[in-house]
Amino acid sequence: MVRALKAFQGLEPIRWRVGPPVHDVRALAILAFAGTTTMFEALQERLTGVFDRLTKRGVLKESDVAEALREVRVALLEADVALPVVRDFVAQVQTKAVGADVLRSVTPGQMVIKVVHDHLVETLGRAAEPINLRAVPPVPLLVVGLQGSGKTTTAAKIAKRLQDKEHKKVLLASLDVYRPAAQQQLKVLGEQAGVATLPIVDGQMPVDISRRAIQAAKLQGADVVILDTAGRLHIDEAMMTEVVAVRDAVRPTEILLVADSLTGQDAVNVAKAFKERVGITGIALTRVDGDARGGAALSMRAVTGCPIKLMGSGEKLDALEDFHPSRVASRILGMGDVVSLVEKAAETIEKDEAEKLEQKLLSGQFDIEDLAKQFRQMRKMGGMQGLMAMLPGVGKVKKQMAEANLDDKLLARQEAIIYAMTKKERRNVNILNASRRRRIAAGAGVQIQDVNRLLKQYRQMSDMMRKVGKLTKGGKISPQALRSLIPPQGFPR
Amino acid sequence: MAESERRTGWLGRLRQGLARTAAALGTGLGGVFVRRRLDRAALEELEEILIRADLGVATAAAVTERLAATRFDREVTEQEIRQALADEVAAVLGPVAVPLVIDTARRPHVVLVTGVNGTGKTTTIGKMASRFRREGRTVSIAAGDTFRAAAIEQLKVWAERSGAKFFSRAQGSDAAGLAFDALTKARADGDDVLLIDTAGRLQNKAGLMEELRKIVRVLRKVDATAPHTVLLVLDATTGQNVLNQVELFRDVCEVSGLIMTKLDGTAKGGVLVAVAAKFGLPIHAIGVGESIDDLQPFDATAFGKALVGQV
Repeated sequence: MVRALKAFQGLEPIRWRVGPPVHDVRALAILAFAGTTTMFEALQERLTGVFDRLTKRGVLKESDVAEALREVRVALLEADVALPVVRDFVAQVQTKAVGADVLRSVTPGQMVIKVVHDHLVETLGRAAEPINLRAVPPVPLLVVGLQGSGKTTTAAKIAKRLQDKEHKKVLLASLDVYRPAAQQQLKVLGEQAGVATLPIVDGQMPVDISRRAIQAAKLQGADVVILDTAGRLHIDEAMMTEVVAVRDAVRPTEILLVADSLTGQDAVNVAKAFKERVGITGIALTRVDGDARGGAALSMRAVTGCPIKLMGSGEKLDALEDFHPSRVASRILGMGDVVSLVEKAAETIEKDEAEKLEQKLLSGQFDIEDLAKQFRQMRKMGGMQGLMAMLPGVGKVKKQMAEANLDDKLLARQEAIIYAMTKKERRNVNILNASRRRRIAAGAGVQIQDVNRLLKQYRQMSDMMRKVGKLTKGGKISPQALRSLIPPQGFPR
Repeated sequence: MAESERRTGWLGRLRQGLARTAAALGTGLGGVFVRRRLDRAALEELEEILIRADLGVATAAAVTERLAATRFDREVTEQEIRQALADEVAAVLGPVAVPLVIDTARRPHVVLVTGVNGTGKTTTIGKMASRFRREGRTVSIAAGDTFRAAAIEQLKVWAERSGAKFFSRAQGSDAAGLAFDALTKARADGDDVLLIDTAGRLQNKAGLMEELRKIVRVLRKVDATAPHTVLLVLDATTGQNVLNQVELFRDVCEVSGLIMTKLDGTAKGGVLVAVAAKFGLPIHAIGVGESIDDLQPFDATAFGKALVGQV
């Protein structure tokens, strides 16, 4: 599995044709194998040119490392890591990377990347730190951040998690008296999460609401009070003073800065200001289910020293995860979040099915029904776009797919063609004569050419699978051998 | 927010913001270019100023290169170089600084407002409604964010403040259906403008983007020319992901113009330069605060100046 996937990724550059897509065979093959892979590939791609020259020389000099690190710098900046943080980061990595160990190692290029990745993980924090609830109940938690960062949703998610997983009794209270219907929003979310919210009293100001919340929590015997605040700009003196007053009134054990993982260079200014003025104790990153590379995580961790405690990963109230430094690190470096992909695959694909499929793929007994199964599983996993977002080296593949017009609609159409076949036909496509093809096309609402195209793709795919199967049986597989599988001008139409 | 700060122009606030940023970073812009030769090192520093404003590596390099083409190795003053940098930025943005024009022949002129979660769609609609009302137009608002809790109530408050008609359905109902009804009604009433809110969505969520496509499709059943304007609301604090947002929203619902919000903070929104260069979509307005008057027409020259911290 691993070998085969790597082999496919090694086939750069892939020539994708524009027009009626045949190339999805390749894409499917890649996806079919997208179980596991080694990290570092995307970044490695970037650095290939640099290191190719290096390996020829055999010896890695300090200046060579510096050249490679310039590429790392660009990768980090493209991922929205703030410039001052990038500067420090690169300087520190350079110190580590020019150490004798790296230069003398067999694969210096890979060593440099490993150093970068390890240092990134180290900077982001080793493991997730839990929310601090060590205080006499009711324990107050304060949630702060800019407008639109996702504070209210995050507050509700934390409440739900504490209640469902840690069996805490939680009270939610909104101190946002500015944005229209903000308190109402928290109330509705509380109802959805099955968590109590503080009754809304019109006209009451934030400090008073927070005191009332603590009082109510005491009376109700709540373990935790989560105080959701209004969104505020870090340079808005009056609003920052207000949140400090709330803090002093309730003395929270935890002040969480909720920050959008899509944030750009400004992340450092925001995090620094909230750290200095309010004294945040942790960070909750939101929208990590987007397709940003999330460099803000590194920026904010670096300038505040505060741990990133949680990640919001979806619109549903249970979409809250512990922070995984290594995954975020891979993403920042453009290496794709492979672990998450595997987890997602494990959730949606029945394991036996997957193993059976792999066996079939490698033995070459891959019938068209299996192809339909694959289409189905891909859709379950969030369609092409969802998958692409998690694959390593995603930028390039995504672009190629877009150029190839490969979208989910196409998948659906091809699935329809397969469904229009009888069972017998699916087991043995050789019986498909002209009249059967005509019937299938009509049944699927497509042209006969579309049916023919699918069959052609299927044949190529199973051919290729058989060859790959043979090649990988012996163990190692050379890129040259794999390249030989690909017709010189890409796939025929 | 204090009244005094409210009254400061947005440019003033941007400048203040930048001054803070520069001070915080320890490398104030002021000290960088006091009469010196514009050599490689100086250009690199310029490039970094642009990167810090979220222009992105490639765009920052391109802008700096253009500057180098005419001035490389010449003695330059700080003022001169900042002006030149601001001019370069303004030159890219100038052609896309296009105000949002309401077509009076359309009754209503349909404005669909889209964007990622938390960028400020609902607030922007509130501000636009007030502006159109003040211009003497009849305005309808459709609360198309049927997903987020209390989004409907939030928009209702804005509708009441501005005196716009308000269409809503229960939370969780079909946004496309609501849009259909709102347009049918606004048409029958002969309203000037119909503003349609949508739920925030990340552009990589195929299912949610499909819903957006459906809204457009359904609107066209009532009026084949609708929506006449599709706005994408961008958050100035967002980094390079804005490029993905513009690309995908444009592909799905034919975005016709952009609005950038939250420029009253320390974020510079420099990614707009990259967006302008790549997509050439009109930038209609910017949001510089939470009150009703804080939606301003986009001015390329002022934006360029604020971006490089020119006083």
